[in-house]
Amino acid sequence: MALIEAQEITKIYRLGDIDLKALCAISLSIEEGEFIAIMGPSGSGKSTFMNIIGCLDKPTSGLYMLGGADIGGLNRDELAAIRNKKIGFVFQGFNLLPRTSAIENVELPLLYNGIPAAVRKKKAAAALKTVGLEGRENHHPNQLSGGQQQRVAIARALVNDAPIILADEPTGNLDTKTSAEIMKLFVKLNKESNITIILVTHENDIALYSRRIIRFLDGCIVSDGSVEKP
Amino acid sequence: MNISSTIRISFRALKVNKMRSALTMLGIIIGVGAVIAMLAVGTGASKKMSEFISSIGSNILMVLPGATSAGGVRMGAGTQSTLTLGDAEAILKESPAVADVAPILGGIAQVVYGNQNWSTGVTGTTQSIFTARDWNVASGRLFTEQDIKGAAKVCLLGQTVVDNLFGSIDPIGKSIRIKKIPFTVIGVLEAKGQSPSGQDQDDVVYVPVTTAQKKLFGAAFPGMIRMMYIKAKSREDIPIAEKQINELLRQRHRIGPRQENDFTIRNLTQILQAEEQSRKLMTLLLGAIASVSLIVGGIGIMNIMLVSVTERTREIGIRMAVGAKTWDIRLQFIIEAITLSLIGGIVGIIIGVASSKILSFFAGWPTIVSPFSIFLAFGFSGLVGIFFGFYPAYKASLLNPIEALRYE
Ligand SMILES: Nc1ncnc2c1ncn2[C@@H]1O[C@H](COP(=O)(O)OP(=O)(O)OP(=O)(O)O)[C@@H](O)[C@H]1O
Ligand SMILES: [Mg+2]
Repeated sequence: MALIEAQEITKIYRLGDIDLKALCAISLSIEEGEFIAIMGPSGSGKSTFMNIIGCLDKPTSGLYMLGGADIGGLNRDELAAIRNKKIGFVFQGFNLLPRTSAIENVELPLLYNGIPAAVRKKKAAAALKTVGLEGRENHHPNQLSGGQQQRVAIARALVNDAPIILADEPTGNLDTKTSAEIMKLFVKLNKESNITIILVTHENDIALYSRRIIRFLDGCIVSDGSVEKP
Repeated sequence: MNISSTIRISFRALKVNKMRSALTMLGIIIGVGAVIAMLAVGTGASKKMSEFISSIGSNILMVLPGATSAGGVRMGAGTQSTLTLGDAEAILKESPAVADVAPILGGIAQVVYGNQNWSTGVTGTTQSIFTARDWNVASGRLFTEQDIKGAAKVCLLGQTVVDNLFGSIDPIGKSIRIKKIPFTVIGVLEAKGQSPSGQDQDDVVYVPVTTAQKKLFGAAFPGMIRMMYIKAKSREDIPIAEKQINELLRQRHRIGPRQENDFTIRNLTQILQAEEQSRKLMTLLLGAIASVSLIVGGIGIMNIMLVSVTERTREIGIRMAVGAKTWDIRLQFIIEAITLSLIGGIVGIIIGVASSKILSFFAGWPTIVSPFSIFLAFGFSGLVGIFFGFYPAYKASLLNPIEALRYE
């Protein structure tokens, strides 16, 4: 059984009396340990798809199985628990809590997992070390560069030992050099910790860090193939 | 999600907008402060009043000369003298509900010991006044039957008189002059302190009623007394005694069926009841003020919390994305609201206690801040936080995580 299994997933937004089909019958399976890049023009449904995969949103129809379990019938709190334990999000806009230190931002998923404070501190510090931010634990987001903020976000995605990291345009706000550093970090996490990584990007050279590229167009998958590594 | 980190998060959120948080608390602060101060004044006043009542004694009726008008206001008090010593004796003898009767007669007189003199109220009475008022001597003895019958020239002194005439000398057995007539001091009464109206209850001299009539104040109206204190046998006997005294005195004074009384019976429990009623009214008023200010304060908190939820929509989205459940979000905002209202409550309590101290210092009102009122104020401000924090928290918990994350 694949880690992520999507069958005929559709997402339809109702805008007044027009139905907007953001996803049309997507079927896809992703194995544990894959590193996938999702590409496609703006408005093609990449974020919509990521939100469904990440249990932030529900499909209008279709079946979504995560780790062999059907997600369809779960309520808000059950979905929250799955997001907490199975999925780490990294967003284009970093989405860190303002006026909150790096370590406390990283601790957040542990807080909602009922982990005691001492353990939280230790695990969060370890995650920050993994992303190379040792010594910046007490910096607030506005005291960190964009690349450093994104590292904090990645540490937050890692800290609960989630098997999946979903990153929607994680390098969208970063320069080329910083983007490369972040991508190398993803590659390392994928290789060394066997974390399944799915990221959305507009840039070919970013996509080339992955091992499989899925292209979207108007809510449908138009190509799905592995990356040839030299 | 544990409480201590939630509380820490709330404190941080409140610290970000210090001014706003302080202004939000103002309603609670004023409300709680006012409640504490007014409860303190109320408790102080009622304690003073009940102390006074108990200093007069329990189950007491007073009979005064002069009629009572329909409105309850005594007309011509003291101008007529219609009560006699005979009335007092008859009441004691013929009214079964009466335990004791103390006739009272007196006036202001100059009291002299050696080269010291002091002007004070000299009251002629019997030993009954002391049993009726539960009053005893600090030293010496009270009047005896013989003192009254024989119109003995003996007297009892209040503490203030002793202080002014004798200083540190033991007055028992010494001779003083009242209106130039020598009296032997047989006892010193226990100190009673001030009455609520600020009168010194220890600035008194007591002499036997017979002596007062014959030697001191009896010239104008022979046989007349100024008033009597009557002690009923029990609380339940008070209305019965009142009825019996009324009938007996009407009969003795030969008052026709359609004529008005030429005397007035005052019931201290009635005064007490009126006192209690006005205190209840006061409490009601306090309750109204308290609830209005707490509700206004609470609405202020709700308003700010709603603003805060909107401002922090993205934060809520982030928390939801990393696994915050419905009640994690709710608790966060409820605890924030409680923190606001409790800090407001604590500041209000401090201000309330301080202002009641200031009130008693400058206005001279006795104030008592009871632990109960502090507990009450604290509890209420907490409840206000829970009540008015719930809706904003509920609203926050229902946000859609994707929309919340996208919120600018
Ligand atoms: N909440 C919504 N309500 C209505 N329509 C929506 C909503 N969210 C997305 N859409 C529509 O669904 C389609 C897919 O949007 P989506 O955000 O998935 O695109 P995307 O591929 O991520 O684009 P981009 O590369 O610009 O991020 C778009 O046409 C968008 O307008
Ligand atoms: Mg997108």
